Order: sequence, then C-alpha cells, then structure tokens
Amino acid sequence: MKRPVTRRKLLGGVAAALAGAILAPAARAAKAAVRKVFVSSDAPKGYHPGDHQWAMAIDAGRCIGCGLCVEACKKENNVPEGPYFRTWIERYVITRPQPGSGESRGPAHVDSPNGGMRGFPEPPVPKEEIQHAFFVPKLCNLCRHSPCVQVCPVGATFDAPDGAVLIDPKYCIGCGFCIQACPYGCRFMSPVTHTAEKCTLCYHRITRGLRPACVEVCPTEARVFGDLKHAGPSDPIRQFYERNKVQTLKPHLGTEPRVFYAGIDKEVR
Amino acid sequence: MNEATNVVLELLPHFEGYVYPNEATPQPLWSVLIVLYPYITGLVAGAFIMASLVRVFNVRALEPVYRLSLLTAFAFLLCAPLPLLFHLGQPQRSFQVMITPHLTSPMAIFGFVYAWYLMAVLLLELWFDYRRDFVEWSRRAGGWKGLLYRVLTVGVDDVSEASVDLDRRMGHLLSVVGIPSAFLLHGYVGFIFGSVKANPWWGNVLMPIIFILSAIVSGIALCVFNYQVLMWVRRRTTDIRCLDVMGMFLFYALVVDAGVEALDWIHRVYSAEEGFQMMHQMANEKLFYTLNLGQALLGTLVPALLLGTLQLLRRHIPELARRRIYFASAVLILVGVLAMRWNVVIGGQLFSKSLRGVMSYKMEFAGMEGWFMGAFLLMLPFVILTVLIRLFLPEHPPGGKTGLPDAAPPPRLASQTGAP
Repeated sequence: MKRPVTRRKLLGGVAAALAGAILAPAARAAKAAVRKVFVSSDAPKGYHPGDHQWAMAIDAGRCIGCGLCVEACKKENNVPEGPYFRTWIERYVITRPQPGSGESRGPAHVDSPNGGMRGFPEPPVPKEEIQHAFFVPKLCNLCRHSPCVQVCPVGATFDAPDGAVLIDPKYCIGCGFCIQACPYGCRFMSPVTHTAEKCTLCYHRITRGLRPACVEVCPTEARVFGDLKHAGPSDPIRQFYERNKVQTLKPHLGTEPRVFYAGIDKEVR
Repeated sequence: MNEATNVVLELLPHFEGYVYPNEATPQPLWSVLIVLYPYITGLVAGAFIMASLVRVFNVRALEPVYRLSLLTAFAFLLCAPLPLLFHLGQPQRSFQVMITPHLTSPMAIFGFVYAWYLMAVLLLELWFDYRRDFVEWSRRAGGWKGLLYRVLTVGVDDVSEASVDLDRRMGHLLSVVGIPSAFLLHGYVGFIFGSVKANPWWGNVLMPIIFILSAIVSGIALCVFNYQVLMWVRRRTTDIRCLDVMGMFLFYALVVDAGVEALDWIHRVYSAEEGFQMMHQMANEKLFYTLNLGQALLGTLVPALLLGTLQLLRRHIPELARRRIYFASAVLILVGVLAMRWNVVIGGQLFSKSLRGVMSYKMEFAGMEGWFMGAFLLMLPFVILTVLIRLFLPEHPPGGKTGLPDAAPPPRLASQTGAP
C-alpha cells in the first residue's frame, strides 16, 4: 500500500520553496543597492556628487513676478502644459484693515494664475487698500528630511549627496505617495510619463557647470544659486546668507528645507 | 495657447480660494480606487476577526458563520490589491515594491504584509480547516470537482484521528497568529494615511486605530449581510441565536469605534491647530452629506440605536423583526464605513496644502477611476465569494451522500470532530 503523504514532508517542501522565495528578493535587493550608486540621473560622466553642495535662496523682495523663471523651467525641462509646475510664483496682496475694525491688517489675497508664467493681472483690490504686496517664487524646498523621499515605496526618489532631491523616472511606479507627502505642493504626476516629477535644480545643467534655467533668466537676481562647497565670501549665495535674516517654509513640520527665503511674510505657506 | 490655458484655469469652477498650481488638477490624485482599497482590506480584516471569535474565543453560537466568514475574508483579500494596482501610473513596475522595497515607506511593506496574510495565515487556515473535507469530497465527487478537491488536498490524504487533531491545533494556532496579523494588515493601511504629516486631515496618531476598529465593524456587518443573503438564496431560516450574538458583537464594536472616532474629533476641535478652519469648512460644506449624514448619522448613530435597542429589549421583539433589524443595521454600517473611507481619502484631498483653498471632485462615470470601475471592484469579491460558496460551502455535500445535517451550511468545526 502507498504510504500516505504526511504534512511533515509537505511542510518541508513548502519551507524550502519559501526560503528560496525570501532569499531571491534579498539577493536582488543587494544588486539594486549596488546599482543605485550608478542611478540614472542626467549628470555627465566624471561628475562627483560628493564634491558639491548645491543651494538655492530666494530674495522675495527682488521678485517682480515677471514669470520668466516659470516659462524657462517649463521649456528647459519639457514640463507638460496645464497645472504642472516645477517652479511657480505666488502673489500675496495683504490689504489694509477696515477703519475702526481694530485689526492690524485686512485679509490676504493669494493667487498664481497659471503659475505666474505670464505675469499677473491687476491686483484684486484697489491700490489704496493694499498694505503690502509681494511675489514669492516657489520650488522644491530641498528638505534635509524630505517626507517625499521617506515615503517612496521603491526608493525611486532619493537625496543626492550634492543636495538635490531627484526622481529616477525609470524606477518610479507612479503611486503618488510622494506627491501626497510633499507639504509644499512641489510635485506632480506627469500626464505624459505617468510618474512623479519635480524640480531637479536643472540637474543636467548644474552638473555641467551651468546655473538652473530659472536662475539664469531671472532679471532681478531674486533667485540665488551656488555651490556651498566651493563658494567664496564674495559668491552671491554667501553674500545672501551674510546680508539677510532668513526663514524657511512650514518649519513646524521638521522637514528642514535648504531653500532659504528672505523678505517674506507670515502669510506665506 | 498659454493665454487660453490661463483663462481656462481661472474659470474652472473646481476650486475656490488659493490652491497650489500643482493641486489644481481636475481629479484628485487618489480617487475612488484608493477609497475602495482600505474599504476592501478592512472587510477582510473584520471578517477574519469574526471567524476568530469562533476559533480562538470559542463563541460556539457563531459556528454557522465560521466558514462563511473565512471564505468572505479570502474572497475580499484576493481583490484587495487590485484597486492599488489599477491606480498606479506604471503598474507593470509594481513588483519593484516586493523586490527593492524602500523600508522607510509605509507603502513598501504592503506587499509583504499582504503576502503574509494571504499565504501564511488565511490560505493555511482554510486548508487545515478544510483538509479532512477535501479528502472526503475528493473520494465522493467525480469530474472536475473531484479533481479540484483532490488537487486541494495537495496529496495529503491522511485523515486519521491523530492527523485531524493536528489540523485542529494548527488551525487554532493560525487563528491566534491571524488576529494580530489582521490588525497589522489594516492598522498598517491606516498608517499609510496617518503618517502623512503634510496633510492635517490625515496625519494623526489615531488613524491606524480608527482603521482597525472600523474594519472590525464593517467585517462583522459584512458577515451578517452575507449570512442572511445566503440563507435567503437557499430558502433556509437563519439561526437567530447566531444572529443575536453577531448583533451583540457588532453593537459593541460599533460603540468602541464610534467612541474612538469621536475622541479624534473632540481632539481636533479642541486643539484647533493649523488647518482647523479648513476642516471646519470641509465638515460643513464639502463633506456635509458623506460625513454628517453618511458616516455619522446613517452609518453610526442609527445602527447603534437599532442594535442597542435589541440588546435591551431582545426578548420582547419577535424573531422576524430582529432579523430585519440586523440586516438593516448591517447594510447601514457597510454604507457608513464606505462613507468613512471616502471622507478620509477624498476629504484629505479636497483642500489645498496651502490651507487657503478647497477643490471639488466630481466622479467620472467611465474610465479607470470612475463609477463603473468602482462598482466593478466592489462586485468582484462577491462574485468570487459566490464561486467559493458553491465549491466549499455546498448546500448538499458533494457525492450526494451526506454526513452532515442538511440544514444550514456545514456548521461543523474541526474542533468538534477532533475533540473527544
């Protein structure tokens, strides 16, 4: 008579199969970790990310809201038409309080029509009612503790050693978690590639000794860019830090942005 | 062209106030598919907990629904990852989550938790529970069904007393492991939302707890619903004692769930942190119907009152009325928990992270994220469950000759057959 197949035998087989199933991904993970060193970015051969520390600073008082930076970014990086922006400009119009209201200031009107790409229309309130008005260019805040990088389930987005926060478009699965996790609205799901996209500081340019497109075209030098590892005392980025009292956006979230702002108001979020 | 885009963007009525330009998309990034994902996962966890009441906590009155609960959990678990998968921009790369998971991501572990729950807990528990029947049925039934049962025995045809006793003990052990696993599966889904500190609607330490509790409530409600529908289809009467006990557990689970959700809201209102104005606006305008009517009134208050009344006055209410009240409560709770998932997922994307404006969402009909797809994904587990019931919860056991009572689905447990 045939001996009945016992569970012991069966479980042995299952355990062996399971061990194989667990070890195979571990081996692949190790391989991927090695590959990650050579991750796909737009940097040329010979570029060493460890030798640089890129930084961006915004002098909001200088921004005139012309929108050239937004347009340059869209063209340089093939950003899709529509509500998709790697950088944009916000206009803040803070009104005077109603006389006798006992308030220090009136309501703030914020807008960014089409990301400010074509400039801004007339202010939404008459000139005499405006207490302050200013423009704030926005871009990836280059967080030291980036929530977007933390939540990516496959590690497609990562902190480059030179300070840029990049996405490997060939690796992104398009789940959108990073977009949800970014407190600053800096990421979007590309309708073309169906992967997440964001400001890369024009990585293909800065790794070749050029400045990001938005910095290049800014007529008032409201955007200041530099390499902190090689910036001398007279470098614009060092000068910016010397001259200004700075702040970051949404500091209470603990993301520690590396993009510093000068000349912005409490209304800016 | 740019001028035209400018005008179109300004005229589009789907947002008010200021929203970040990247947020001004016609559809939220996570829409109905991501509403269904935690809903279906929650039903799995809840149905499994329901089955564990019999196995682990020895609630004998629930034996008529034991296997139905397990099969329900299994059918829904098979469909749980589908909404996630369909939602991905690059679904063909989804396997990367398993191969190179990024371990700081709450989402990266889903594949592993899911695989653990499906293969190490649910499938094994089902197998140990059914093994003896598979052997018996494979001998009796012919044709493709006989072949299927034979394949499902995986070649193990030992049905000696000692062997069946081992089945029972393994099943018990798996149930014990299964309870924390079910908590893990769904608490973890809650953490996906609770961990997003950028979003004041989501980033909340209570989120995993709320998800687990609402999952238990919805899972028990689904079992009440399935049991009554199955008995109605088979023209049998439901076991009123079983329904009473299910109703009791449903009531207490609902009270605890509602208590913790109320605590969450009290905390939000009292601390009134940044973004509270926005939440106030959401509750009063954007989510008025789904939150106040769907989730709070119809999904929680009414069933809590109905079930609570039955706890107090059960003896004075005739059986038929009780059956109807249990059914109505179960349906209301199922709708209410779906509304809760909607409020969490869609609600969290209806306001700008600038906290200065709100968006609108009109669900499209066709398309990947439309009504049609949503209805399909909600119906699919029921279709699978129907097939499973026909195969594994037959009205008349395969082979004609029956060793089981032909009333109700086989309420027999391995624990009964194996116990002295």
